[in-house]
Amino acid sequence: MVNLSSSPQDRDTQSLVPQNLAINVTGLTKIFGTKTVVDQFDLSVPKGAIYGFLGPNGSGKTTTIRMVCGLLVPNAGHGTCLGYDVRTQSADIRQRVGYMTQKFSLWEDLTIGENLDFVARMFQVKNRTQKVAETLNELGLSERSSQLAGTLSGGWKQRLALSACMIHKPALLLLDEPTAGVDPKARREFWQTIHQLSDQGVTTLVSTHYMDEAIQCDFISYIAYGKKLIDGPSDKIAEMVGLFTWRITGSGLKQAQKHLENARGVEQVARFGTALHVSGRDQEALAQSVKQFCQGTDLSYEQRTSGLEEAFIHLMSGAEDNFQ
Amino acid sequence: MKGHNFSLARLVAILRKEFIQMRRDRMTFAMMVLFPVLQLVIFGFAINTDPKHLPTALLDRDNSAISRSLIRSLEVSNYLDIRYLPKSEQEAERLMAAGKINFIIQIPENLAADIGANRPAQVLIVAEATDPSAASGVLAFIEPIINTGIRRELSGALSFAASQPSLIQVVVHRRYNPAGITSYNIVPGLLGIILSMTMTLMTAVALTRETERGTMENLLAMPARPLEVMSGKILPYVLVGYVQTIVVMIAARSVFDIPMNGSILLFFIVTTLYIFVNLTIGFVFSTIARSQMQAMQMTFFLLLPQILLSGFMFPFRGMPGWAQIIGEALPATHYIRLMRGIMLKGAEASDLWADIWPLGLMVLLVSALALQRYRRTLD
Repeated sequence: MVNLSSSPQDRDTQSLVPQNLAINVTGLTKIFGTKTVVDQFDLSVPKGAIYGFLGPNGSGKTTTIRMVCGLLVPNAGHGTCLGYDVRTQSADIRQRVGYMTQKFSLWEDLTIGENLDFVARMFQVKNRTQKVAETLNELGLSERSSQLAGTLSGGWKQRLALSACMIHKPALLLLDEPTAGVDPKARREFWQTIHQLSDQGVTTLVSTHYMDEAIQCDFISYIAYGKKLIDGPSDKIAEMVGLFTWRITGSGLKQAQKHLENARGVEQVARFGTALHVSGRDQEALAQSVKQFCQGTDLSYEQRTSGLEEAFIHLMSGAEDNFQ
Repeated sequence: MKGHNFSLARLVAILRKEFIQMRRDRMTFAMMVLFPVLQLVIFGFAINTDPKHLPTALLDRDNSAISRSLIRSLEVSNYLDIRYLPKSEQEAERLMAAGKINFIIQIPENLAADIGANRPAQVLIVAEATDPSAASGVLAFIEPIINTGIRRELSGALSFAASQPSLIQVVVHRRYNPAGITSYNIVPGLLGIILSMTMTLMTAVALTRETERGTMENLLAMPARPLEVMSGKILPYVLVGYVQTIVVMIAARSVFDIPMNGSILLFFIVTTLYIFVNLTIGFVFSTIARSQMQAMQMTFFLLLPQILLSGFMFPFRGMPGWAQIIGEALPATHYIRLMRGIMLKGAEASDLWADIWPLGLMVLLVSALALQRYRRTLD
């Protein structure tokens, strides 16, 4: 388990003194019945950072997000969100947080306009009418504002929900798989928005299943079975895992995969398009196995830096070993 | 074609699934078991259309050996309990307007003298007839009871009178509902039942609907206080309640010819109280129920005693003590008394205080419970 205290790269950042942390919680634990869903979770998110939550389904991402915004009371642990105590000041947190739920949770029997207006009223947004009109305009839904939200397609629902949770200009966005079911163009626009907000100092905690989205984050935390396996700047993750990777191309990859899976020093073999990525932590044994197999075949091979993909596949297999 | 035929295997699969779901939904299961039990208890034990021990006020102007023996024979019969000895007719009438008594028995001052002189003797009994069935049993038996009782007392000089077939004639006055029209009794009570069902149901599904549709999480993530959520969910239905009230009132007036003898203002004040009680009860239900279905079941679970134990359908004083205690705890009981009091008897707030304060207390207690139960988290 690696905890990092460096600042996000490529970005004017402040040092990680507590007052510059949007979220600072330690030992967060949630037990449902006899099942520990989140176990001793520490989380430090600097202000203005985009923090990615990765992990398989049921790993505790949603539960952690709910604890941070006060929707669930942790069984153990303490800390602050935007400077407010997550246990006792959840009302203050709610006012300043924009939370987008995993499942569409706006009112399907209200129109698009009515939904935005309701959310704006609940957060007591100033110049409400204007703000709602602006939001509708940005969404490109001005003409459909009197359409029932329930009649929107999945992708549009997601976009509406995202706009709704940002209508009160929150200091922290908690987004639970916001781009599930959204088309690639809309996803790109979504990430553009998140980066813009980040530049304005808005902090984002986003959970996702998509590797290409994880790369967009400044920090990544990988969770499995309620435990944090790794936490660090996104470009350092592979290095932190300590993984070496060889890339093999050519014909006969299927056979190579079969053979290499059981070779010494090889911890994982994954197909990436027309190439095979063979990874392991024992650098020498891995190199020897790859060279031994490929010499005398048509296959060409080269060493390359391990990417996030390899790192996550590795973490996942490790997680299964540890917790299942 | 095989796939298009009826498949027992598929049927079994569906049955299995339904049974599993039924077993998991413990609330539904409990309701299914408790409903018949509740009905049996209520129909089997609580309902008695021949009520006894009805509270009675006595005005004995004669105060003779004969009048005393008359009173004794009434007490022995168990039909009437003489609880009040008012000084005047006005005082007796006030007791009746306040719902404290069902009967007034008035013995004229010359009763003994009339019998002695072999003149026709009369006793007046005033029955509170808003619920005709509650009075009918007593009115049917009172004359034979009195005459049989008195005959035993007649001896010596008066023994000649004992052979008279009808020694004392009982004059019956049916107060408030002289013709004994059942709708006079049913319609004001029906308003209580209609409001109870619809108001409770509306708010009972209020929160469970949010939970079922997944919108609860969003609502909870917003900075809303429990009182805001509760008021926001309840107040719209107060208007619905007024609309229902007005509809029932118009029907009562135009179709059933029910009089409105009391104050309209008082009528609306107590109706508002009653609407709030039911709406807050519904809100409490919605904090307990996990689904809209459960919320509806809870509503009907409350409705049954409200219909059967409130005095709406069967005479309240005919029920055994334990059923009356349950009845006193039900808002419909008090509301139905208030409605009969205001509409039929023209009773005033001071007469009806005994049924107004329980409604007010219920609003406070149930609201407090609803707020305490409202969860601000998803736990």
